[in-house]
Amino acid sequence: MYRVKVKINVEQFYTDTIMEILNLEGAEDTPKIILDKKNGIFEISGRSLPEDSAEFYRPVLEWIGSYAKEANGSTEFVFKLEYFNTASSKLILDVLSALEDIQGMKIMWYYHEDDEDMEEAGQEFSELVEIPFEFKTY
Amino acid sequence: MNYIYDLHRTMMSQNLILVFQGDFTQETTKSILTMAERNLDSSGEESTIKRKVFNVMVEALQNIVKHSDELVDGEKHSHAAIFLIGRETNRYSIMSGNPIRKTNIAGLQKKLDQINTLDKEGLKELYKGIIKNTTISDKGGAGLGFVDMARKSGAKLEFSFPEMNAEYCFFCLKVNVPRESEN
Repeated sequence: MYRVKVKINVEQFYTDTIMEILNLEGAEDTPKIILDKKNGIFEISGRSLPEDSAEFYRPVLEWIGSYAKEANGSTEFVFKLEYFNTASSKLILDVLSALEDIQGMKIMWYYHEDDEDMEEAGQEFSELVEIPFEFKTY
Repeated sequence: MNYIYDLHRTMMSQNLILVFQGDFTQETTKSILTMAERNLDSSGEESTIKRKVFNVMVEALQNIVKHSDELVDGEKHSHAAIFLIGRETNRYSIMSGNPIRKTNIAGLQKKLDQINTLDKEGLKELYKGIIKNTTISDKGGAGLGFVDMARKSGAKLEFSFPEMNAEYCFFCLKVNVPRESEN
């Protein structure tokens, strides 16, 4: 009991200086995700077609919710997706909407150079939220 | 035993490169995608076409996973569904079939008919309109699957509802992905 209590207090004490890193290994149907405030790495890459997209993106949205309260001066959030299904596209819009109110936010939207659909998807997202997008090929 | 040969001949004459029948889950979806990807890779298909086929496949398969079982009188019924891919010289066809309650046909037909009246720009506007306002259903869908299939394929969605019994029809869907790149 005592040890648990101390641990919580320590976490509360450091809460505005240390944010946990969210690191999800990619799989054949889920993207690789790294959200690391300290090192300034914010990236979602790979394939996204999970069975339950809302459940999969829940920790991402929660992490962004915490980050919004103590965001870095500027943030480059990278999307480097090879493929996403329609259920994921809704959640990607939710992620973008959560990023929208963070000062100094910029989206780096990567697409494979011959993937017009992914380029177009990025353009559509950029029309749905008020965040600057930069488009890059890989 | 001759039906084995008959089935084989049907598959050959219809240019089917993959057929799966059974209960569909996320696991079977992943396996089917892997098999189809390997097939497309080994045939040296262009990456743009490959991506479009993959895209339509995922939406079609996840539709089956989400909708082919349902609660009837508090009991969960799972219905066997079918998924096929055909390859002709000028196109791929992604086809699916699953039982649908007759009471749900009118709504689905209306949606598909609406999609088929729209051009590229119209589909884009419909997609953006839905994604802005949709919430993920309890089945996990965003209501965007058919619109996305129409956009990615650039072709009209073909469908029919042959009758199974008093309560059900079989929802047949065919989406064609042209093999020649656009422009």
